[in-house]
Amino acid sequence: MTDSTAPTAALRRADLSEERLGRRYAAEKRFRAYGLMAIFAALAILGLLIGTIVLNGYTAFVQTHIAVPVYLDPQVIDPQDTNDPQIMGRADYQGLLRTSLRDRFPDVSGRRDRLKLYGILSNGAGLDVRDAVLSDPSIIGTTQTLWVKSSDDIDSLVKGYIDRTLPESDRRVKDNEIVWIEALEADGAIETQFNTTFFTAGDSREPEQAGIWGAVVGSFYTLLITLVLTFPIGVLSAVYLEEFAPKNKWTDLIEVNINNLAAVPSIIFGLLGLAVFLSIFGLPRSAPLVGGMVLALMTLPTIIIAARAALKAVPPSIREAALGVGASRLQVVTHHVLPLALPGIMTGTIIGMAQALGETAPLLMIGMVAFIVDIPGGVTDPATVLPVQIFLWADAPERAFVEKTNGAIMVLLGFLILMNALAVLLRKRFERQW
Amino acid sequence: MSKRTLAVAAVAGFVMVAPALAEARDQIRIVGSSTVFPFSTAVAENFGRTSGFKTPVVESTGSGGGMKLFCAGVGTEHPDITNASRRIKQSEFEMCGENGITITEVKIGFDGIVLANSKAHSPFALTKKQIFLALAKEIPVDGKLVANPNKLWSDIDLSLPAERIEVLGPPPTSGTRDAFVELVMEAAAEEFPEIKALDKNAFKAAAHSVREDGAFVEAGENDNLIVQKLEANPNALGIFGFSFLDQNADKLQGATVGGVAPEFENIASGEYGISRSLYFYVKQEHVGTIPGIKEFVAEFTSDKAWGDEGYLMEKGLIPLPTGDRKSMMESANGMAPLSM
Repeated sequence: MTDSTAPTAALRRADLSEERLGRRYAAEKRFRAYGLMAIFAALAILGLLIGTIVLNGYTAFVQTHIAVPVYLDPQVIDPQDTNDPQIMGRADYQGLLRTSLRDRFPDVSGRRDRLKLYGILSNGAGLDVRDAVLSDPSIIGTTQTLWVKSSDDIDSLVKGYIDRTLPESDRRVKDNEIVWIEALEADGAIETQFNTTFFTAGDSREPEQAGIWGAVVGSFYTLLITLVLTFPIGVLSAVYLEEFAPKNKWTDLIEVNINNLAAVPSIIFGLLGLAVFLSIFGLPRSAPLVGGMVLALMTLPTIIIAARAALKAVPPSIREAALGVGASRLQVVTHHVLPLALPGIMTGTIIGMAQALGETAPLLMIGMVAFIVDIPGGVTDPATVLPVQIFLWADAPERAFVEKTNGAIMVLLGFLILMNALAVLLRKRFERQW
Repeated sequence: MSKRTLAVAAVAGFVMVAPALAEARDQIRIVGSSTVFPFSTAVAENFGRTSGFKTPVVESTGSGGGMKLFCAGVGTEHPDITNASRRIKQSEFEMCGENGITITEVKIGFDGIVLANSKAHSPFALTKKQIFLALAKEIPVDGKLVANPNKLWSDIDLSLPAERIEVLGPPPTSGTRDAFVELVMEAAAEEFPEIKALDKNAFKAAAHSVREDGAFVEAGENDNLIVQKLEANPNALGIFGFSFLDQNADKLQGATVGGVAPEFENIASGEYGISRSLYFYVKQEHVGTIPGIKEFVAEFTSDKAWGDEGYLMEKGLIPLPTGDRKSMMESANGMAPLSM
């Protein structure tokens, strides 16, 4: 018996030969290589994405300006010599700039050509002159050389987005305009300067006057509402479910539902906001208040789940020790468990907020996808948010909005990186290993 | 703990007080068509800058969605103006009437729909009939309607290139698609006696169905996306609004339709066959309640906005003929009620 089974037993013995060992090492090497390849592939795609955005978008941060010597005619600005900023604010500064351009290119005649010539300046250029006059009224009556914004087409031309060698009919900037611009360039009267408007203005239909500040402020108010609503509600729900609630069918049901809500597509929350907040409560359309409430519904499950995980990570021994020295359950939670879980809760909250910052779909239904020029001054003023601004610009026909779109994406990415870095920092700094 | 109770109380109080904030509104609210959106926003911005009123808020909801919001009722929670890339429908007009709304209609100009391809390819010269034969789901062959057998452009007409038919266009939810189907497909279907002989519903089905075998690709609502895809794929034709062709004249060329090129002058004169009228509708009950509506209408219908050299023309709007513009301006500023 034993003789007949011995050979099979010998066959089953682990093969410790060099060859097999080599194969195992090779398999491990291959596995590591696959892992590295996966990471490189992900990095390459990310690099490509960010690279195209930066390449297409960095020019949004500069704007072509043209130096125009403009005679600040007191007859036009303040004919009655009132010194009243109201009257000076209403004067036709664009007209002064046009006069100056006409003097610079005296041989341009004919209505159409003149209009073309005036068109090299932004039609908001007068506002630059107005600001200069209002900040220092003593310059009225003198000739000042002021840098004013060029129109979007000229801006594209100077930035090299328009090929000057193409046949005239194929470009938006015509031959005579190029002649004027080249003459101005030879004078050193054309310069690309830092685009402050992009960071201080609201939306505009003119690419050179459009800015993201309105959207940034809108995002701020919206997230403020979201934070004010979700943080207390989320933390209280998590504490109750984790520390006080009995384990029964009902709490199981609630838990399943919370996990389910976390996976609901965000547009559903927008529809809910439209039906409940706008139709039943009668809250204003396009307001950050409603946007914040909708996003709060969306982020609540994320925060509850993160907070519960953080609470669960606090070892039971701490609770038991506190109870052992006579603390009440409330004291155990507020004095010991919650402070220890707070870094984890904060991290979850910040990640939830970052998610809410990038959301567009639910805001579509409640009217936040809108053209809004004025910077919102409160949570009930009409406002839009950064991702919506990107969406709107991406849809605009004017070519110069391409760089603005990419510029706005860079700003949004900047905010997201900042928030996620803060979350990582909090975790690194305050998290405790048990 | 008391701090937290306070926070919860504050939030609850806030949510309850908020509806009271909704009552007052001193800003015009505009909804409606995404085609009219670029023009409406340009006027809104200029109006806000020059009039001293707050800049109106313009939402892009689509023509149908805008009408629904607009006709929902009178009161500050409802919009004051809606934009439309088609005329108001009888049913919408009735809904507005039921809710006590009197409407003023303003026709602002035209929008051309173009078929264009990349400059890397030779330009197309098409007729509406050829477009129908390329894109309809079913076409008449030997007196019978059969599934569209045309694979190459040259299958339709030997003057066209021997290349695969590939057209990128908007989805059915888009107003541009509605207009394209009505102006091209329906008009061409009339020319086939086999289709014309059908009863009303069958005719509609035959004229409105676009093929789904890959020759027509729904490329989304974003016209910029179609422009980019055309650049990448010189063999494809795209269907989109004139202003996008105007902005991308260095990369794209428009196909002639019936021998007429999609150029500004041809669309304005009505010679180019695929153009539609654009409108906005004003709620008269809100004039006087919401400040600035009359002034906004006056700005929109002023020559510096919608005139031959106005700023809307720069944005790609094709103006009404001078005479129509004058009469439209009078009826708009007089707030003439619309009747259907």
